[in-house]
Amino acid sequence: MLQVSNLSVARGGMTLLCGVDFSLSAGQVLVLRGANGLGKTTLLRCISGLQDSVEGQITAPETVAYSGHADGLKGQMTVLENLVFWASIYHGPSPNVALDAYNLHRLADRPAANLSAGQKRRLGLARLQVSGCALWVMDEPTVSLDVHNVALFRAALNQHVQSGGAAVITTHIDLEHASARVLDLTRFKARGVASSSAFEEALE
Amino acid sequence: MNSKPIAPTLWDRFWRLANPKTFMGWSSRVLPWIAAAAAASLCSGLIWGYFFTPDDMRQGSTVKIIYLHVPAALMAINGYLLMFVGALVWLIRRQHVSVLAAKAAAPVGMVMTLIALATGAIWGQPMWGTYWVWDPRLTSFLILFLFYVGYIALWSAIEDEDTAADLTSVLAIVGAVFAMLSRYAVLFWNQGLHQGTTVTMADGAKQENISDVFFQPLLLSMAGFSLLFLTLLLIGTRTEVRSRRLKVLQERERIE
Amino acid sequence: MIQLFLRDVGLSVRSGGGFGLALIFFLIVVTLIPFALGPDQSALAVIAPGVLWLGALLACLLSLDRIFGLDFEDGTLDLLATSPLPLEAVYVAKASAHWLTTGLPLSLAAPVLGVLLNLDYETGKILCLSLLLGTPALSLIGAFGASLTLGVKRGGLLLSLLVLPLYVPSLIFGSQAVRLVGQGLEFDVALILLSAISLGAAAILPFASGAALRINLR
Repeated sequence: MLQVSNLSVARGGMTLLCGVDFSLSAGQVLVLRGANGLGKTTLLRCISGLQDSVEGQITAPETVAYSGHADGLKGQMTVLENLVFWASIYHGPSPNVALDAYNLHRLADRPAANLSAGQKRRLGLARLQVSGCALWVMDEPTVSLDVHNVALFRAALNQHVQSGGAAVITTHIDLEHASARVLDLTRFKARGVASSSAFEEALE
Repeated sequence: MNSKPIAPTLWDRFWRLANPKTFMGWSSRVLPWIAAAAAASLCSGLIWGYFFTPDDMRQGSTVKIIYLHVPAALMAINGYLLMFVGALVWLIRRQHVSVLAAKAAAPVGMVMTLIALATGAIWGQPMWGTYWVWDPRLTSFLILFLFYVGYIALWSAIEDEDTAADLTSVLAIVGAVFAMLSRYAVLFWNQGLHQGTTVTMADGAKQENISDVFFQPLLLSMAGFSLLFLTLLLIGTRTEVRSRRLKVLQERERIE
Repeated sequence: MIQLFLRDVGLSVRSGGGFGLALIFFLIVVTLIPFALGPDQSALAVIAPGVLWLGALLACLLSLDRIFGLDFEDGTLDLLATSPLPLEAVYVAKASAHWLTTGLPLSLAAPVLGVLLNLDYETGKILCLSLLLGTPALSLIGAFGASLTLGVKRGGLLLSLLVLPLYVPSLIFGSQAVRLVGQGLEFDVALILLSAISLGAAAILPFASGAALRINLR
């Protein structure tokens, strides 16, 4: 489903990771590990097509469901309206399943602005389900979730993977997931290479 | 770019000139010559124009400001044209030097626009009895000035160099379309006082509008302005290339 | 795309940020004009078309940075960029929503405010028509400017600086049409050219704006 070969990614003119190689097939979860500032977020943004890589190849489905640090919710709209909106953008399934999965039914008519941080995050994760995409690309999805809600997330992830989906996740917690592989990105760390090679001759 | 096994074509060689390193090499060699030629043709053109041409029968000696006004106006327009081409080349071929040349052309073009506007106003006072009229041509130049200002402001507002290059290039291209549009809109708005173009390359018009006595020094000072523009452009681009190299070095220092 | 359009319209009606504000700003500008120029009725009638056009144009400017700014801040734009919707369509949806919530109400309000400036009924009709044809270009160009200055912190002033020169042709043709009708002259050419700018902007700017958005999201 996802094939990444010899990939280099850069942020702000600096190459962060190089030679990244991995592949992911349907029914698998890949957990990316590494210190802060290593380039995990940048790598995920490249995979989801928000950013160009410096070199290497990414073979991914045409649309992936990306979830970043911000949830992209509109405070003036209710929980249900937010989900309906994203479902219609992705032509995805009805939001009912997603409301069930994250226990959001009770909050469905509450404006998103009145949600707590954990509730917002749950809504943000529920958005992935209504996208109907097979590949989920998630950047720190469990931030601000308590133990109980992490369990909800784990269950939703399980369900997604069992129905033929896949996910790339950066997280610090242990997901306790049977089909989860862990990839430590530290070994791909680039050793100080400026990516704007056009002016490299200054270094000669 | 990958090196190809076949011999480089003329086209490839042309683009190699835009490689930063090659550019710094050839520009440092030609710059003194172009600068000298600019100084020579500007001095001779202006001195000839100001001291060795007769006064015009209607306009008196005020006509002589034409030797600054017309070349500056020419360069103001060509400066924007150059920015447009530089932006286009950057977006298509990702040649850093071309976008840096566009960046360097903007302040020069802006100053040329100001010179054209100021000399026009100084000339307009005795001729039309006012410094400023909302004449299509003057108005177009004022709008052109605003476009230059916008372009320069966008460059300075964005921190990341490549992002700034991309966004200003998009602006330069859209701006060029709207600058043309404004030019015609302004004509529609007010058929102005400004005389028709003084210098037309079609031979018929030349004889009618301006006699050779005035025309030859004008051509010389136009050449001088073009060379001056080129000189400033090369100096500006070289400065930009150096400042980018400096950034790479600083970046390198930061991580080591 | 339609859902995005409807969402944006809904949001701006609910939050009351752009929708009412632009109209009130327009009203204030029109109120201030007689204070600046004196209460002479005939003089006001002469300048009314231009003042109303300029007022509508400036009112349009107010809410431009919200077009993409809010979605950029809360991460929605990242998510939209990764969705099946192309950014060109995002631009079109958002510019249309901006027009519906500012350009359209301003166009309809202009002849009413024209009463304050002694604008006669016939001229008022053409003013309304010219604004209806011209304000789409203002929204489209404005949204393009907003996509350029997306990454600039507090880019509101820069946005105005970039957008206002691009507004020149629309302003010229629009106010010219109204002035011509006031003088009893033919005005169709001005209206046709005004519509041509709106259509041209709708044809070209989505691509320029889509590119600018992609660059800013990198």
